Amino acid sequence: MVSRKLEISVGLFILSGLIAFCVLVFNVANVKVQSGNSTYQLKAEFNNIGGLKVRSPVKVGGVVVGRVSNIALDDRKLVPIVTLTMDKRYDHFAETSSLSILTSGLLGEQFIGLTPGFMDDDIEILQDGDKVDDTRGALILEDLIGQLLYSMSSKDK
Amino acid sequence: MNLIDSIANIGRSAIHLVMGLGRAGLMLWGAIVHVPNLRKGGPLLIKQLYVLGVRSVVIVVVSGLFIGMVLALQGYIILVDFGTEESLGPMVALSLLRELGPVVTALLFAGRAGSALTAEIGLMKSTEQLSSLEMMAVDPLRQVIAPRFWAGVISLPLLSLMFSVVGILGGHLVGVEWKGIDSGAFWSILQASVEWDKDILNTIIKSMLFGIVVTWVALYRGYEVEPNPEGISRATTSTVVQASLAVLALDFLLTALMFGS
Repeated sequence: MVSRKLEISVGLFILSGLIAFCVLVFNVANVKVQSGNSTYQLKAEFNNIGGLKVRSPVKVGGVVVGRVSNIALDDRKLVPIVTLTMDKRYDHFAETSSLSILTSGLLGEQFIGLTPGFMDDDIEILQDGDKVDDTRGALILEDLIGQLLYSMSSKDK
Repeated sequence: MNLIDSIANIGRSAIHLVMGLGRAGLMLWGAIVHVPNLRKGGPLLIKQLYVLGVRSVVIVVVSGLFIGMVLALQGYIILVDFGTEESLGPMVALSLLRELGPVVTALLFAGRAGSALTAEIGLMKSTEQLSSLEMMAVDPLRQVIAPRFWAGVISLPLLSLMFSVVGILGGHLVGVEWKGIDSGAFWSILQASVEWDKDILNTIIKSMLFGIVVTWVALYRGYEVEPNPEGISRATTSTVVQASLAVLALDFLLTALMFGS
């Protein structure tokens, strides 16, 4: 028969393993338990998305309000279409809001910055499935350097 | 004649190899099929969980702490040159979760528990306890091998999760408490870069496969031991060597599959 002490120590072993798992999931990976259907989708066209990835954050003034859920290429116009999954808590953005792809720090990850637009009587609030028209693509460092060099060499002449 | 002899030698060793693999496969199959049921196999499984799991906690936790601390210290020395010492958190956490956690735990487990398993089973075999079990119509696969196998497969993931957690705490200890990285930056960048499905789930899958490999090698080496003291010592050594090599090779394959593309 298995002794009581042995059973207790095995129980403690398994519990501490499970605690380790929970610490990793909730504290290290920072998984948030989300209730279903608390998000809404927005779409946006960009001319260039640079290094944007699925799961990149959407920020308003540094606060994360959503994430990129899909990136695809429009078949007809051949421009990238980005689908954003926004948190339902933040659903008061006017349709005049603009999106731009920014970089956190000089070498950091890219994210979408949302600049809320002005409100007016005849301006509607962005709803599920709406498309944001006012977008600015990513700044490509190589293009900038290229332009800089071009302008410098043309000045010399 | 000499030529034919050497060809026969090659043939004989090939047949030995295939037969060994076949017996090992049959043993693994037998161990997997005989999942210990709660009523009869439960006490046996708990006993083995104690022997294999609980007794390995101390060595795993202590090495996890020190490996996390060393990683953080070396990482800090390099990262501080680029002014990005806040990235220490993800560096420590990702290298622990993706590679070091499962691999080092499996290596420690092979040395600490695998060798003990081989010696135990080997001694049972050489004192003919396994044959007497069979004579009493008790299946040694069900009674002896299966509980040990399942205990190994269950304990190794738990141990490697503990290893990673303690290692991250060790990294926190060196990075934040000693070297003075901002605690908020350490944790927030760490949380932003660790993904639950990609990193934590894969660490569990990896260490489960390592658990299967290590206990399988240990049990098979014990089961097929030459019944004399020298045979047992050789089997114990080859358990540690073969299990470690198998873990390292398998780790490369799994990493290529999980993170390669």
